[in-house]
Amino acid sequence: MEDFQPKIEAFVCTYCTYTAADMAGSQRLQYPSTVRVVKYLCTGKVEIVHILKAFEAGADAVFVGG
Amino acid sequence: METKGNLGTGNKIGAIAVIGGGISGIQASLDAANSGFKVFLIESNTSIGGVMAQLDKTFPTNDCSTCMISPKLIEVAKHPNIEIISYADVLDISGPPGNFSVKIKKKARYVDENKCVGCGICASKCPKKVPDAFNRGLGKRKAIYVSFPQAVPLIYTIDKENCIYFKNGRCRACEKFCENNAIDFAQQDEIIEIGAGTIILAPGFETFDASIRGEYGYGRYPNVITSIEYERILSAGGPSQGHIQRPSDSQVPKRIAWIQCVGSRDASMGRGYCSYVCCMYAIKQAVISKEHDREIDTCIFYIDIRAQGKGFDRYFERARSESGVRFVRSMISRVVENPISHNLEINYIDESGEIRTEEFDMVILSVGLSPNQAFQDLARKLEVELNQFGFCESRGLELVSTSRPGFFVCGVFQSPKDIPETVLQGSSAAAEAMGFLADVRGTMVAEEVYPEERDVRGEEPRIGVFVCHCGINIAGVVDVKAVSEFAKTLSHVVFADNYLFACSTDTQEEMKKIIKEHKLNRVVVASCSPRTHEPLFQDTLREAGLNKYLFEMANIRDQNSWVHANEKENATEKAKDLVRMSVARAALLEPLHEVPFNVVQKGLVVGGGLAGLTAALTLAEQGYETYLIERSADLGGNARTLYYTEEGARPSEYLKDLVQKVKDNRFIRVYTNAEVIDCSGHVGRFTSTISVNGKKEEISYGVAIVATGGEEYKPKEYLYGENNKVLTQRELEERLASCDEGLKNIKDLVMIQCVGSRDDEHPYCSRVCCTEAVKNALKLKELNPKVNIYVLYRDIRTFGFKEFYYKKARENGVRFIRYEADKKPQVREVDGILQIVVYDPNLRSDIELKADILTLSAAIRPHSDSKSLATVFKLPCDQDGFFLEAHLKLRPLDFTNAGFFLCGLAHGPKFADESVAQAKGAASRACTILSKAQMYVGGAVAQVDGSRCVACLTCVRTCPYNVPRLDEEEGVIYIDTAACQGCGNCATACPRGAVVVAHNTDEQFLAKITALY
Repeated sequence: MEDFQPKIEAFVCTYCTYTAADMAGSQRLQYPSTVRVVKYLCTGKVEIVHILKAFEAGADAVFVGG
Repeated sequence: METKGNLGTGNKIGAIAVIGGGISGIQASLDAANSGFKVFLIESNTSIGGVMAQLDKTFPTNDCSTCMISPKLIEVAKHPNIEIISYADVLDISGPPGNFSVKIKKKARYVDENKCVGCGICASKCPKKVPDAFNRGLGKRKAIYVSFPQAVPLIYTIDKENCIYFKNGRCRACEKFCENNAIDFAQQDEIIEIGAGTIILAPGFETFDASIRGEYGYGRYPNVITSIEYERILSAGGPSQGHIQRPSDSQVPKRIAWIQCVGSRDASMGRGYCSYVCCMYAIKQAVISKEHDREIDTCIFYIDIRAQGKGFDRYFERARSESGVRFVRSMISRVVENPISHNLEINYIDESGEIRTEEFDMVILSVGLSPNQAFQDLARKLEVELNQFGFCESRGLELVSTSRPGFFVCGVFQSPKDIPETVLQGSSAAAEAMGFLADVRGTMVAEEVYPEERDVRGEEPRIGVFVCHCGINIAGVVDVKAVSEFAKTLSHVVFADNYLFACSTDTQEEMKKIIKEHKLNRVVVASCSPRTHEPLFQDTLREAGLNKYLFEMANIRDQNSWVHANEKENATEKAKDLVRMSVARAALLEPLHEVPFNVVQKGLVVGGGLAGLTAALTLAEQGYETYLIERSADLGGNARTLYYTEEGARPSEYLKDLVQKVKDNRFIRVYTNAEVIDCSGHVGRFTSTISVNGKKEEISYGVAIVATGGEEYKPKEYLYGENNKVLTQRELEERLASCDEGLKNIKDLVMIQCVGSRDDEHPYCSRVCCTEAVKNALKLKELNPKVNIYVLYRDIRTFGFKEFYYKKARENGVRFIRYEADKKPQVREVDGILQIVVYDPNLRSDIELKADILTLSAAIRPHSDSKSLATVFKLPCDQDGFFLEAHLKLRPLDFTNAGFFLCGLAHGPKFADESVAQAKGAASRACTILSKAQMYVGGAVAQVDGSRCVACLTCVRTCPYNVPRLDEEEGVIYIDTAACQGCGNCATACPRGAVVVAHNTDEQFLAKITALY
């Protein structure tokens, strides 16, 4: 398990977490490349089925940031 | 010499020059540009944003400053009617009001503005590091630089003083690596002239040079820093990435002290004024420090805590009781450094009178605000009158008017103030600047004409993928060619290629050609962030005849190449995944059409006091018909009994004149004995039934301004109402104004502050009472020099220039005695004489005072009728019953409900001149809607499927904007497309799946998620 790098799917709000993810970029903060971001206008729109589908597609974890 | 902007009709030019690109200049520019005026925004620095861009978080909401200002910067950058002239100084302004000529020096950047795309390769290659002024010298930048990553305009500048090539004639590394050939070492300063009808001065401020107060050791002791430097240390974008470190050893300081009033309230420095913001920013910095690390001990040394703004006192109380910030009321005379540990020693007298010595790891000096020094000479040359400190003089109650006709002022250059005040003054100055030019509105603005959109319905998706190198920002990490080759293998993709800079003008032209040649009906751009670049690409689609909603972006820079710089292969694979996800979603995108409707270009103002009258007159002066509704029989409100201000203005006389102007104005229809009964419609088109003298009438309007005012609290304490010698400040003012004979013979007058304010039930400060007490005390001293006046107070909050009058009152012998919240004064009547006993914390004993008159500084409460209006318009109120603005910081005049604005006491306690400024500002905000003949609604908003809706009202409860309403006839929910903000909360909450948000459908999300890996 030592080399295990979880695939993390991030569902994020465009106003806060997406902006923060961009800011991480402008500061060149490094994080694992297995993170994928899907932008929502508001995480209020994240449906349970979206989360389940992400797992089905192969995600090891889902992060909702809003 | 280049001449621009002289194409206005007649003598007046429909353009406004805004000098200064801080938050006030930005707000003024956006309001004017959104109301049909051309704006030249002139900024002396390389980019706009001012001091707000340097701040970490802001009080009282602890919102991130950059996150708040960035969207404004982007809006300015992409606004077709705003021309930013940055890195430029105004040299002179000539001509008459309405037709000014502004002479500007554009300083050489040595970078071609039209070629630089802000990729930053030059700076990464530049070998010269210099102290970074944006980080107040705490970090380093290169000799070619942008001030901060979100800078607008995002154009690099060579700092000639430090550039190796300019010094030694060798290097030119930036030129070698710039793939757009934007470096131009031969560039010269350029003089240009622009024409503008009116001028808005917003040159802002700088902070006090703390090294002048040598006793605090700033500049000598490394761990003594200024508050603005600490903002940079706290900021995630700052020199230590937001980790709190002290300069001497980069260790986390465990004991931090703040010293207040450094360069404020200090007559010995020639700076007798209060800087308004320091108490609150120090509290905020202490609270944020505690959030970073609970173990940090924070201590603020202060004279009075000035928490006079909306929500400030609660913030202060929370800092004390919940965050555990220590507050010590003590003037600090010096800081002593331990030269080995670089720790700092402070001596002070504590509340029990003991002298204490305490050691701190870091000391922060809360430095005051000074007017922009570089602007002083120009202001004098322009014959704009300044006060003794170099701030701009206002005219009476009109804070944004200057001594020179056609010139208006806003922000800290007018007086020290916080961000919301600055923003509302920006709007207010815009209202004045536009009012003068109302007849040439729309003459200088360009409306973009797009070709007719191609109907793509029924077509198979034909997707084009454009992959961007962003110089080496992306291509240095990601194999972009491999990504575009990969894109070609995806279904529906008929074109894919990669470009050096997808956003550059030539690529945009190329993109339009390709869209047409390949009959593309969906476009995916894999480049930077949609936050900054989506509007640009959407515009290109429109120019190519495609609906803008047929666009999708993959962020392979900010969220890929930049954050996985050491994992090149993985980053390339991730870029492919992101493109695959975007393509999957793009295939399901549908064109959406925003439908136009005609705006009712009329305003409604509710409330006929000072604020309401000003708002109505401002709208009318802009040329818009306005309904003014007043519940009582007469116009005027509270200001009728405001006889004088501390500065000598006469609000009640100003009001009389204002009422006459309103009555005489043919655009204003005044209804007294009237109220609004209902409201339907949406922004740009509302309808209300109003009741006038009991008769009902229907009116239509596009915007509504709420100015329902406030009222003085009628005290239940201190024998008010029982003893006729107990008055409120307003009652005393009435007697003073009429030179009441009785007042000439009294011996002792006592005033009690904070009556009904800052208590458990009403934990807010009423803002005006301290100044009112000082004003009335001075007036009484004039009338009766022998009278003894005692003011019993908790903190004296005479902010800004009001501090003079506090000082003057002390000089005239008015005695100020502090009392503590838990030891309120006791008032008794003994043998017909009023006796007041108060515990003096300095003497640590009770004092007994006799009073011929006791004056109570009674709180300001919201008007009792405001609740019912809130229900009619569905507007939010705060905990204290005042109306609640959309955002405490950047939207102080707007409601979240589109089309509604607020001003005056309805918003919170304030002075008459502040109400006038706010009312003009609210009118300015309203003009951004009223100036449009047509507005568009729809697009990415919620739609209800009536056949599935069971009217369970879940969406009604969920919507943060109060948009869904029950259509009682149909028995289903109706969502007004004009009011919907598209957040999608309702769609998720709906148990029947009856609500769909266009452009954010489940199918579209699922397509993207399914294409993840």
